[in-house]
Amino acid sequence: MILISASAISIALCIFASLALGSRNIGLGEVINTLFRQGSESFDALVVKERLPRTVFSIIAGASLGVSGALMQAITRNPVADPSILGVNTGASLFVVSGIAFFHINTASEYIWFALAGAAVTAIFVYRIGSMGAGGATPIKLALAGAATSAALSSLVSAVILPRTDVMNAFRFWQVGSVSGATWEGILTVAPFLIVGLIIAVLSTPALNALALGDDVATGLGVKTGLIRIVGTLAGVLLCGATTALAGPIAFVGLMIPHIMRMFCGPNMSYIIPMSAVGGAVLLTTSDIIGRLIGSPGELEAGIITAFFGAPILILIAMRAKVRSL
Amino acid sequence: MIKDDFNIVKSGFHKRRVRFIVVTLIMTILTLILCTSMLYLGNTKYSPEVIIKVILGEQVKGASFAIGSVRLPRMLSGLLAGIAFGMAGSTFQTMLRNPLASPDIIGVTSGSSVATVFCILVLNLSGSIISITAVIAGLIVASLIYILARGGSFSGGRLILIGIGIQAMLNAVISFLLLRANQYDVPAALRWLSGSLNGMSMKNVPVLFLVVVIFGCILVLLGRHLKILELGEQSAITLGLKADQTRILLVLSAVFLIAYATAVTGPIAFVAFLAGPIAGRLAGKGYSNVIPAGLTGAIMVLLADIVGQFAFDTRFPVGILTGIMGAPYLLYLLIRMNRTGGAA
Repeated sequence: MILISASAISIALCIFASLALGSRNIGLGEVINTLFRQGSESFDALVVKERLPRTVFSIIAGASLGVSGALMQAITRNPVADPSILGVNTGASLFVVSGIAFFHINTASEYIWFALAGAAVTAIFVYRIGSMGAGGATPIKLALAGAATSAALSSLVSAVILPRTDVMNAFRFWQVGSVSGATWEGILTVAPFLIVGLIIAVLSTPALNALALGDDVATGLGVKTGLIRIVGTLAGVLLCGATTALAGPIAFVGLMIPHIMRMFCGPNMSYIIPMSAVGGAVLLTTSDIIGRLIGSPGELEAGIITAFFGAPILILIAMRAKVRSL
Repeated sequence: MIKDDFNIVKSGFHKRRVRFIVVTLIMTILTLILCTSMLYLGNTKYSPEVIIKVILGEQVKGASFAIGSVRLPRMLSGLLAGIAFGMAGSTFQTMLRNPLASPDIIGVTSGSSVATVFCILVLNLSGSIISITAVIAGLIVASLIYILARGGSFSGGRLILIGIGIQAMLNAVISFLLLRANQYDVPAALRWLSGSLNGMSMKNVPVLFLVVVIFGCILVLLGRHLKILELGEQSAITLGLKADQTRILLVLSAVFLIAYATAVTGPIAFVAFLAGPIAGRLAGKGYSNVIPAGLTGAIMVLLADIVGQFAFDTRFPVGILTGIMGAPYLLYLLIRMNRTGGAA
């Protein structure tokens, strides 16, 4: 109960802050006025209306990334599994850039298929390589496989964009990860993917809890471990791939949120999944607000802020981990 | 019986030694061939006599500019940077006992990149100040990673994971700088970031040469100690090696090499990362492979630059070629390493 009310309050706070703060600050009264009374045409009201889609998008994108991270960590039973560590973002980047350069795609609905395909291929590839050999997918093997694959993919990305200046500019803003470009159409395009992903995530929580006990026990409890891995990975990739298609790669939300939530509500996945959604939403929206305030009068992309705050969490995990479990 | 065993060991030792020497020699010859072909190839091809004349300092119309001011600095920077990347990468990999733990994967190169991009885009600096900042930044990042990884006992695995985290932060900073920059400066910075030998001039070469000679020598001299460190922390201490001191000296030299070379040519992808393992496979495991790794690095850079310049319609920077050529080998390496459980 406390958790529910706390998350409701924090999300509400984030929404209001995101609508009110920026290079032009707007009073709370004016925000409420615009939201609930139609027809207000003041300048402030227009600003609030402009900020509405990005606020909505940062909430859903953050939630999706948080859940996606929680899913990947549960499935791989690995504390550092995250879309950005697994190289999923770079994979999506490569596919989108190739799409822009070779197939002349330029709308969100076209980006999304390329991004999803790239995300899926890369995630599976990195995980396969990281889990070869004795010991399965240890954090260190997975992280290195991801980092190395990312490095390889980003040279390919450079090879595609360097001879094409126009693509370079379109790509430059997409690459950093920003919610500022969100439009209602874009949101509507990705929403179905995100909703499907979230529903699968919620439905699979009991099986994921069993999976946490180890494959043998899970099988004993009647869980089809292979099936749940495939379904869970699918949901995770849907969530992060669709978000990446619209926002560009936003790093580390999926890495840090599940860890923080685990400290609050214990290891039960049926709490962690919804709480990661809340946490991710709050984190991404806050990062976006911080970016707008620091970068004023322009703005600093949310992806930069999350990477900056998220990477220390990875470092903390590495420092606390026992040498053996690495 | 004992005498037979002794002979087997002795002949094995002999075989490894011959293999090491032969491979090193072949690599040296290959490097020299590539060096001369870089001077020879281009829009205008000059005869060997002209090339020799220019190198000896005689003025030849046309050739003096094409070879003396364009091809020679390009070749020398590529050669020296390749050696620096290869040596530094192999040192890190051997020391951390993980073929994936090269400076470009664990964030040291990113430190230098941030400093250089900052100098190019924000301060509009050029020349040796950039190199100095890059070296300092590389050292700061390396020591930061080392300090954070020390807690309790030293662990290579932890260090790598922390390095990846730090690299992510630094990449965020680079993206930010690129985004904030004047649009007209960005292609230059991007080209530098992907590693390029275009526009090298003779004025960078002497200092780069000095850096490579001094720190290269230190690494070669410490080669034996490096081999002992490879046995693991405990064995190294038992064998009487001052593990911490040796490690610091090694890291210092390797970072100097890689940061300085990075400042000159940009981070040329995968050279530091692949030179060590390739050299190790070719030259055998018996000896410290610092020298073969340096040569492999040089061969990779020179070969990639020749291909990048002449094989396609667009002239690609060398870093993109090494990135693409390196990717398949990287995959092979990852798969092989994980199968045999070679990594931590």
